Amino acid sequence: MNKKIAVKVDDLTVAYNYKPVLWDIDLEIPEGVLMAIVGPNGAGKSTLIKSILGILKPIAGSISIYGKPYIKQRKLVAYVPQKGSVDWDFPTTALDVVLMGTYGSLGWIKRPRQKEKKAALEALEKVGMLSLKNRQISQLSGGQQQRIFLARALVQNASIYFMDEPFQGVDATTEIAIINILKELRKAGKTVIVVHHDLQTVPEYFDWVTFLNVKKIATGPVKDIFNDENLTKTYGINYKVSIQE
Amino acid sequence: MRASKPLQIYITNNLVMNSAQIEIQLIASLVAVACAIPGTFLVLRKMAMISDAISHSILPGVVIGFFITHNLNSPLLILLAAFTGIITVVLVEYIQKTKLVKEDTAIGLVFPALFSIGVILIAKNANDVHLDIDAVLLGELAFAPFDRLVVFGVDMGPKSLYIIGSILLITITLVITFFKELKVSTFDKGLASSLGFSPVIIHYGLMSVSSVTTVGAFDAVGAILVVALMIAPAATAYLLTTNLKKMLVLAVVIGVSSAISGYWLAHWLDASIAGSMTTVLGLIFLFVYLFAPTKGVIAVMYRERQQQTEVSLLTFLLHLKNHTDNNERHINHLREHINWQKVTATRVLNLALKNNMITIDMNIISLTKKGDLFTSKAIDYIITNEDSQIEDMKDDFFLFRG
Repeated sequence: MNKKIAVKVDDLTVAYNYKPVLWDIDLEIPEGVLMAIVGPNGAGKSTLIKSILGILKPIAGSISIYGKPYIKQRKLVAYVPQKGSVDWDFPTTALDVVLMGTYGSLGWIKRPRQKEKKAALEALEKVGMLSLKNRQISQLSGGQQQRIFLARALVQNASIYFMDEPFQGVDATTEIAIINILKELRKAGKTVIVVHHDLQTVPEYFDWVTFLNVKKIATGPVKDIFNDENLTKTYGINYKVSIQE
Repeated sequence: MRASKPLQIYITNNLVMNSAQIEIQLIASLVAVACAIPGTFLVLRKMAMISDAISHSILPGVVIGFFITHNLNSPLLILLAAFTGIITVVLVEYIQKTKLVKEDTAIGLVFPALFSIGVILIAKNANDVHLDIDAVLLGELAFAPFDRLVVFGVDMGPKSLYIIGSILLITITLVITFFKELKVSTFDKGLASSLGFSPVIIHYGLMSVSSVTTVGAFDAVGAILVVALMIAPAATAYLLTTNLKKMLVLAVVIGVSSAISGYWLAHWLDASIAGSMTTVLGLIFLFVYLFAPTKGVIAVMYRERQQQTEVSLLTFLLHLKNHTDNNERHINHLREHINWQKVTATRVLNLALKNNMITIDMNIISLTKKGDLFTSKAIDYIITNEDSQIEDMKDDFFLFRG
């Protein structure tokens, strides 16, 4: 493969209280793929993303983004956490949440100005939320909340996007809107990595997939490796995919 | 502990009495502002209990600091005591991390332990030092004007004014400088961390400010009432606004007005100033809790009732849409068939009429075009759970506001 490697994970082991949740993971994510991370509950999908982003400290292994440690490449990366990880009663508006995406490029102390605000408004428009920019975030539906989270990542104008279950609790229209934006990102040469639950939609949405269950089971193009064998290995039961063709 | 005694001394001299009153109110207001600012972030981070823990566990720090400096206003004492506050947070987090106990249990274990060390230290040395537990726990604002800062023989005002003033200045500077960092790490720790704003640094920064503020304020209002000044204004402001900056400003305004009106309440009742301030805080909270425009109990009850009526309305409209024959649409049938009480039925009918959704002709109810469209749209929404189409309906109906 002559594609550049966007994310490289070597011998990554992560443990909570000495119980490994990720065990010796080696993973190479090529630039420009739209990749799903699939696996059962407790497989360590979110943990993998959080470790790559330096939010969790691994007990062993190394991670590089375009050949350098995450700390040096922060501005190349955007992250969409699980919607449930924040308090939506927090006193702030949709626009303000999107503006938070610009904080990374601003660095400490500096405030967002007109330029950042303009970028945030553009991102809101892209996700179809411009008319609700001043709405308090608790007054938004689940799908709308997910859209502003996506807008917040878009405003970072990153090269690599990590998203933790962006389709959880959203309506069908929003799901389609989100996946279209992700496909656009891929078209623009960005790398998008998504923790995903719905196996049915994997072949339709993604071109790359990683099977994970504490250990890495397989990684590669969806058309080559998204099959019964890998699903069974990952989910432990006899899995039949009737969805391919 | 009564406020009146020192004041009575002053009454002999009108001029001094006025300035003492002003000084007390000024100190109380500064304490209120200094507490409200970190308090706002503690409330939003759901860490109100940690302020309670800090306020108690600074006691050993205060006592040891007092043994060393023999001065309750010494900056060294403040730093030492604030450091015990940080130790509290570290210990709570350490115990919690073992996952053997939950956070509230960890808090309940740590602060009484540290507090009791302070109590024993005071008891063992009670004969040597002028420090009693009452003073630490309850403070006494009325005595504040006695301890004055004198520079080159010139009276510069009460010492505590300078102490709390400096702490407030530091707090305001920090909050303005790091407002964006505080906001993002409070709202979304994961994002803050991935953007390079270490939530740990911000967390301990906030804990340090809270500790220093608590120590600076305990002298005036006592270690326990500090908690009220930190939490109550922020909790009240939270019910009134959906904007973080406004919440900070409101918390400050509520804190200061409680401080000043609390002072006059104490004056009038001849009671403890700190106690009166806290009482006022409690009353303001109660009032807002009941009457806040959107988050208050009454507003929520009204909204729920409205939603109920709207659900009934929708059921009713759907019934009309599905039944075309006249006897199904007779006004009396509504009551028998849908099994509503008269009051509900009247309310629903009125609401539908008000919105031009139905017409009543000879006791037969018909859907208007508007009513028909509304029903289809609403049912569509409920089935598909799509939100884009009904944005315009949200303004008229609570039901669709999630």
